[in-house]
Amino acid sequence: MSPEHGSPSPLVEMREMRVSFGGVHAVDGVSIDLFPGEVLALVGGNGAGKSTLIKTLSGALRPDSGQILVNGEVAHIEDPIDAKAHGIETIYQTLALAENIDAAGNMFLGRELTTGVGNLDDSAMEDATRKIMARLNPKFENFKAPVASLSGGQRQSVAIARAVHFNARILIMDEPTAALGPAETEQVRQLIRQLKRENIGIILISHDIHDVFDLADRISVMLQGELVGTVNREDVSIDDVLGMIIVGKLPGELTKSELADLHG
Amino acid sequence: MALTEDATAKSDSALDEDEHVAQRLGRGPWTSFKRGVRSLELDTRLFGMIAGLLVIWIGFHVISGGTFLTPRNLWNLTVQTSVVAIMATGMVLIIVSRNIDLSVGSMLGFVGMIMALLQAEWLPQIFGFDQWYTWIIVLVAGLLVGGLIGLIQGAVVAYAAVPSFIVTLGGLLIWRGLAWVLASGRTIAPMDSTFQLLGGGARGSVGGTVSWIIGALACVVIVLLLSSRRRTRLKFGFRVRPLWADIALMVFGIAVVLVAVWFLNRYFMPEGLAAQYAAERGIEVPEGGLEIPFGIANPVLIAIATAIVVTFIATKRRFGRYVYSIGGNPEAAALAGIKTKRTIAMTFMLMGVLVGLAAAVQIARLNSATSGLGTLQELYVIAAAVIGGTSLAGGVGTIFGAVLGALVMQSLQSGMVLVGIETALQDVVVGVVLILAVAADVVYRRRQST
Repeated sequence: MSPEHGSPSPLVEMREMRVSFGGVHAVDGVSIDLFPGEVLALVGGNGAGKSTLIKTLSGALRPDSGQILVNGEVAHIEDPIDAKAHGIETIYQTLALAENIDAAGNMFLGRELTTGVGNLDDSAMEDATRKIMARLNPKFENFKAPVASLSGGQRQSVAIARAVHFNARILIMDEPTAALGPAETEQVRQLIRQLKRENIGIILISHDIHDVFDLADRISVMLQGELVGTVNREDVSIDDVLGMIIVGKLPGELTKSELADLHG
Repeated sequence: MALTEDATAKSDSALDEDEHVAQRLGRGPWTSFKRGVRSLELDTRLFGMIAGLLVIWIGFHVISGGTFLTPRNLWNLTVQTSVVAIMATGMVLIIVSRNIDLSVGSMLGFVGMIMALLQAEWLPQIFGFDQWYTWIIVLVAGLLVGGLIGLIQGAVVAYAAVPSFIVTLGGLLIWRGLAWVLASGRTIAPMDSTFQLLGGGARGSVGGTVSWIIGALACVVIVLLLSSRRRTRLKFGFRVRPLWADIALMVFGIAVVLVAVWFLNRYFMPEGLAAQYAAERGIEVPEGGLEIPFGIANPVLIAIATAIVVTFIATKRRFGRYVYSIGGNPEAAALAGIKTKRTIAMTFMLMGVLVGLAAAVQIARLNSATSGLGTLQELYVIAAAVIGGTSLAGGVGTIFGAVLGALVMQSLQSGMVLVGIETALQDVVVGVVLILAVAADVVYRRRQST
């Protein structure tokens, strides 16, 4: 690893990660790193291995090999609890909400607040949820309803609130705006900028190349389980990144005919 | 992707539209009534069930020429409901977690047989008959054996990933077979004299005075629960029901408790038994005979206590929250770091313990155990949970609903006996009611979700 001059040491380093499903290499020797206050976009086509890679970081999946370092120290992430203990929070594309439970129940799922004798402290959880929602989505009102009855945007804010509430230092967002309308998408973008200012490191998976160029500091591109490369956003054009995603070549490596094909 | 966006947008605008329509139409008496009902924050579904129960009761009362709503019949009804109700509380958690337990009837037979053999044959060989502690050993052994069986089945479901339908279908055959093997098909009787008290009857009931005390305690608990809930919500500045609504609810709850106790206490011991009871206690028999109430039967108290404990576990403990979250979205539960396999195994273990308890009540009530004990009970237990609003799709269901469901089923059955409908037709009716209840529930939920 070669941190740039003056930049802090990486929050996360994933080294030579490998995951295979029945002989298929879903992730094949990928290394990425993430710095505090940085948005790292992870892009690539369907089946490129982005989600699989971040699942090894969020504890949802155990890699076959590879090493994860958090703050320079080797982290053994066996399950989601380990990941959360390292300050790694994840917003999944599916949102991963229990539809039958209310917002507070989902926000504290697996980390419930309890009273002295171990009973669920529903009021305290609702209170905390109301407080964070007042910040994230002031229009949110249905605190007692199961999240199944909420709109897409409201459900998204529950998922985001859950990730933000527990003082995440590393936030993984898998397609956070895929199910949202324009206004809600803008809200999420604002939030990402705000979290960045709070020095949280964010890994952003997105299909939306405009999202990526709007928000990311660096862009890592994956193709067929392998890392094509990581580039600084300022150094590349959208075409360069599309070339990496589709052809798997770094900017400058593309031939004229390949460039022409891209614009086909 | 485009699809979900559309769906989201649609549901949002549909909501707005509803509001607009409501505003355009103005607030008629019906609207304000609905608002009033909504401010009570009641489970309308539950009230539907209570209404259904009342219809069944009054219907049978009329058809039977006034023999259904008698203290004697209702007292028996409560006792008969107990065994299914105890097991239904556990079945709710099993079904909520997207599983099923088909083995509870056979397990009841097997565990009941073990408990019967323990007190009628095995323990007396060591300690002699009718020791004061026999019932404790037997009951604890029953709960342990039930819990162990449940744990084994649950572990196979959770860790070996064999569908619960198959595991417990196997269990249905295995435990029934073993119940027969244990006693070679004999009927084991009689039960220990203290143990029999678990089953109800004249001695196994708490009497009039204690019933009133229990009723009074229940009223105090209702008041405390509602007021402490209100206080906490006010403390956090949350919205609360209007005060009149809370008070109305309180009064309603207290009224139900007091009427129930009063009615059950109107069931008096038959003359001979009353005379014997009086003689034992040195009470003089006045002119016109004695009116000694049975009071609430022990099995009923056991069932109520079970329902309270399981409700507490389901709503106030992490375990319960996890069971519901697994039912709502197993993947989300796992990603939240919940040990889903362990939780599933535990639900089956709890079910097993409850089967042990139900088996104790059943053999105590029958004062015997046969290898056919509990046959087909699994179906009544599952039906009670489902009629009570537990969704087979998982994630949804209440303990109280299941207990009501058990009461509905038992009311139907004993009502039909009273009216003189033949056994074969009774099954037909119960089957039809089960399907209708679930159909009504599906319609209700569909309406709610749009």
